[in-house]
Amino acid sequence: MTLVLALKETPPVPLEAERISPDVLQGLSREDVLNLEAQLGNRRVRLREFFEVDGEGSEEIVLRGDLSRVKYVGRGMTRGRIVIQGNAGMHLGAEMRGGEILVEGNASDWVGAEMRGGLIRIQGNAGNQVGAAYRGSPRGMRGGTIVVQGSCRNEVGMRMRRGLIYVGGRCGDFAGLQMLGGTLVLAGGAGIRAGGWMRGGTIVSFQEIRLLPTFLYACTYRPTFLRLIERHLEALGCPLPQGVGDAPFALYTGDTSVPGKGEIFVRAVEWKT
Amino acid sequence: MQVNGVRIEDAFAEAFPMWGARVVITAATPRWALVAARTMTGFATSVIGCGCEAAVERFWPNTPDGRPGVSVLVFATSRDRLRRALVDRIGQAVMTCPTTACYNGLSAEESEPVGSALRYFGDGFQRRKRIGPKRYWRIPVMDGEFVVEEHFGVVQAVGGGNFLIFGCDEEAALAAARAAVRAARAVEGVALPFPGGVVRSGTKVGSRYRFLTASTNDPYCPVLRTRTKTALPPEANAVYEIVIDGLAEGPVREAMRRGILAACREGVVSISAANFGGRLGPYHLRLQEVLAGPLS
Repeated sequence: MTLVLALKETPPVPLEAERISPDVLQGLSREDVLNLEAQLGNRRVRLREFFEVDGEGSEEIVLRGDLSRVKYVGRGMTRGRIVIQGNAGMHLGAEMRGGEILVEGNASDWVGAEMRGGLIRIQGNAGNQVGAAYRGSPRGMRGGTIVVQGSCRNEVGMRMRRGLIYVGGRCGDFAGLQMLGGTLVLAGGAGIRAGGWMRGGTIVSFQEIRLLPTFLYACTYRPTFLRLIERHLEALGCPLPQGVGDAPFALYTGDTSVPGKGEIFVRAVEWKT
Repeated sequence: MQVNGVRIEDAFAEAFPMWGARVVITAATPRWALVAARTMTGFATSVIGCGCEAAVERFWPNTPDGRPGVSVLVFATSRDRLRRALVDRIGQAVMTCPTTACYNGLSAEESEPVGSALRYFGDGFQRRKRIGPKRYWRIPVMDGEFVVEEHFGVVQAVGGGNFLIFGCDEEAALAAARAAVRAARAVEGVALPFPGGVVRSGTKVGSRYRFLTASTNDPYCPVLRTRTKTALPPEANAVYEIVIDGLAEGPVREAMRRGILAACREGVVSISAANFGGRLGPYHLRLQEVLAGPLS
């Protein structure tokens, strides 16, 4: 059975609702769900003040309305599924370990920050620091998959260590900043300084991107593992707009200013010599 | 019992437990995938002398990377021997072959680390990629990268399913053997590891020479009809054996059934099976039961 929470009105200030998670809600009665606490600015409130609830606690949660001011939905969740029929607020699925979150609208900053497992899918656009590390934290995303079918803003995948981020639209500046591992796939290209201070990991761009001069061209070839990523994304219902096919990719390594062992693959129009 | 006028002896094939794995090899073209698969399965006819038994299974339709692929089945008498065979053969025959990649083709509860053993060839330049639930190693080579899955599934399998085709002459026996191999190979999950799927040097356990563990199966050698206690029908002048390993008993039985039916043709005197008096393996595949169809 699905639990439906419909937002009655947009909170005047951000509502921190990290208890909206299958781990917390499963098994709770409707009344228990309505009485759960959330943080609104500097005061504690009950969910009943902002949500209408239909059904009982379950592993499948549907949120309706413009939740762009509702933060921390699905934080640390380990199982179940959340569907947001509207926009999502900051820190969606932060530190998530399992399960799935689907956003049918746009999402704000820090989607999947420091997540360790599971799947987050944004059908619209996302904000800054998708899958990134919190300020002062050494590692960002450590596992799982984030799919953003629209565009993203800055610092996507900052200090990510493992996992896969796919951005269908254009990405802002500093994509993969200080990246340590994992894979960042940019179907729509990226702004400036992609891979800056990158120590490890893989960035794949299907569009020409302006690389820092501290990335060195290695060769042009057909990386087999990109086909594995392509098929993995296909299985998630997210086919790459331009399939990998037999296209060659130019490989750049860096960031040599760190120095780093990262790699940036840029889809090549022709074999570079 | 007779099929198409060919006598089916009341005999049983004595099969034994093995460990098996399926390897999916992909490459830029079907030809290169097949070249790698054939190279990998070279000198892998019998565990007695080769350490493992392996054969090309079929073209694999839906490969992990979407390129043309061929599946190979590998069998050994223990998990450890199977792991070593996989590491050696993938390392020497698949990684060396242009454009190839190598993946696990078996969903199994147990697995052996293969890619993680091969990664050292990368001399520190290798990279690991986790894609979904699976882990892969990317080993730099001279035409790009060799991608190999970290773990390969292994299952308890069945080795040594067999039947013997007694022909009135070599041509008839060989034609029947070829027809049997074609029919048996159509079954998924079986390997016929001998040359062309056919054995002419059937073995018995032991030898008069102490340093040999197996020697020629003299009761089935026509040239020894007068010098040993022969097991040959009077009309038989050539015998071929079809040996079948499988990932489970069911596919071995089905491959035997199809193979025997295909072998029952003109010039074949009878069909029998090789066993060791029930001392070698726990699977006793009686030919007449096998022909009755799949087990319920």
